[in-house]
Amino acid sequence: MSELDELLKSFGEAGGDQSILANTAFAHLAASGHKILSRRAVKGIELDTVESDKGISATVRLLKGTRLLNPVHLCFGVLHRSGIQEINMRVNFEKDSQASFIAHCIFPKAEKVKHIMDAVIHIGENATMRYSEIHYHGIYGGIEVYPKARIIIGKNGRYFTDFLLINGLVGKLMIDYGVEVGENGVAELIARVFGHATDNILIKDKVALNGVNSKGLIKTRVAIENNAQAQVIGVTEGNARGARGHVDCMEIVKDNAIAKAIPLVKVSNSLAKVTHEAAIGSVDKKQLDTLMAHGLAPEEAVDVIVRGILK
Amino acid sequence: MVLLEIKSISYRVKEKEIFSGLSLSVEPGEVHAILGKNGTGKSTLAYLVMGCEGYIPTTGEILFDGKAINHLLLHERAKLGITMAWQEPVRFEGISVREYLTLKNKEIDPSKYLEMAGLYPGLYLNRMMDNTLSGGERKRIELASVVALDPRLVILDEPDSGIDMLSIRDILNVITVFKENGASVILITHREEIAIIADKASEICNGKIICSGAPVKVTQYYKTRKCEVCAGEECTFV
Repeated sequence: MSELDELLKSFGEAGGDQSILANTAFAHLAASGHKILSRRAVKGIELDTVESDKGISATVRLLKGTRLLNPVHLCFGVLHRSGIQEINMRVNFEKDSQASFIAHCIFPKAEKVKHIMDAVIHIGENATMRYSEIHYHGIYGGIEVYPKARIIIGKNGRYFTDFLLINGLVGKLMIDYGVEVGENGVAELIARVFGHATDNILIKDKVALNGVNSKGLIKTRVAIENNAQAQVIGVTEGNARGARGHVDCMEIVKDNAIAKAIPLVKVSNSLAKVTHEAAIGSVDKKQLDTLMAHGLAPEEAVDVIVRGILK
Repeated sequence: MVLLEIKSISYRVKEKEIFSGLSLSVEPGEVHAILGKNGTGKSTLAYLVMGCEGYIPTTGEILFDGKAINHLLLHERAKLGITMAWQEPVRFEGISVREYLTLKNKEIDPSKYLEMAGLYPGLYLNRMMDNTLSGGERKRIELASVVALDPRLVILDEPDSGIDMLSIRDILNVITVFKENGASVILITHREEIAIIADKASEICNGKIICSGAPVKVTQYYKTRKCEVCAGEECTFV
């Protein structure tokens, strides 16, 4: 079986649609370790890649006015028990362009694997990017994931990201996102993670609302159990007139797990406003009582609540 | 045979005695209204019957179908057919109305139950059970969900609160459905127009049932009593 087939097989086993890569209507980039296995561009998108022993460099350019109907699929993974994958991405959404990206990150057998993603993303005037990153981890927990991104959003630009890691053991996760939002720009950062065993989770999101009337939302949903640990740092700065930001963090803790949340808000313009809310603790008792009154056993009720917040 | 029998229960929180020797019985298929001013323990009584954590009578017994349930946990009582619609139903992130109504039984048609509670299914089934719902909408969905459970005993804690006057008929409709299904209802309310549809009513004050009988008689007594916070002196009605 080729490495691509193996990657696709794991992708399929994780619930993904394997036919996507064969569909010519969809742009894609698939890589295992530091090897690019498959790539396709469609009209309006330029995709340049360079592979070396040190990692993969990918430059993505969405041309001015392009509006992709189908999402671009990024399929990354390390299929062996040990290995490293380092990806440097430079993404440029030109003026008036619009597209969705879905990154599937697959590490089914990871016992000693490191995945590093370092992205710089420019969202041009009136451009919109939606980026979803879905991780499929195995049961061994031997993986370290370092997603780092710096995003610059231009006038009227919009950037939405959703990071999802609820399958398998997390291992070590160190998210570090920083966004600068220009005039009338919008940034929405959502992360949903379910930690178990001795998983170690750090989510650090920073949104700087630098443009007039810019808007930002950092929303984090984390559930941890056993001896897992999670720390969520949500930083929002309101630096311009009419800027509006909100930090919303919820962490559900079970067993001996430990959660921390540090919402940090800073306002340097008197006409800006930033709010935050954080809820950490066990499952809400009233929610639990309500579901049990509906006939669910306590463990079923907890499961429904946790699955709900991670959905 | 009595379905629910509360036999002389006392319940104390720290030094405060909430109930002292309260007794109440509910027949199968009976709608029993509970009246009482704020702070008299109506919701506490509901939690004691439902078996919420920390709500165990200090003395006395709660019998369901002739068996003591004092030490059964909430979900164990739910399995016997007891359920409850809270006065302020909680919201849930990431759970749709459809999923909520079919949590226990995936085979049911959730639309039917939403219609019973006065909600158009097409507008609500795919909505989330989160804070995008108004208090009144959430309340109706809770009512629909407890009807869908087909309980033997349902406790409705102020089902009318947060519901507009014109929609009271939807609440009455839901209570009628319970009755038609043979379920017993403990109906906690402040509203006369809701209480009078009950088969029987009781008023709680000072930790006891002070008046019990026909709903018209009990609501009349409730409206005309003089005491605001009873010290047991005015409420000697038997």
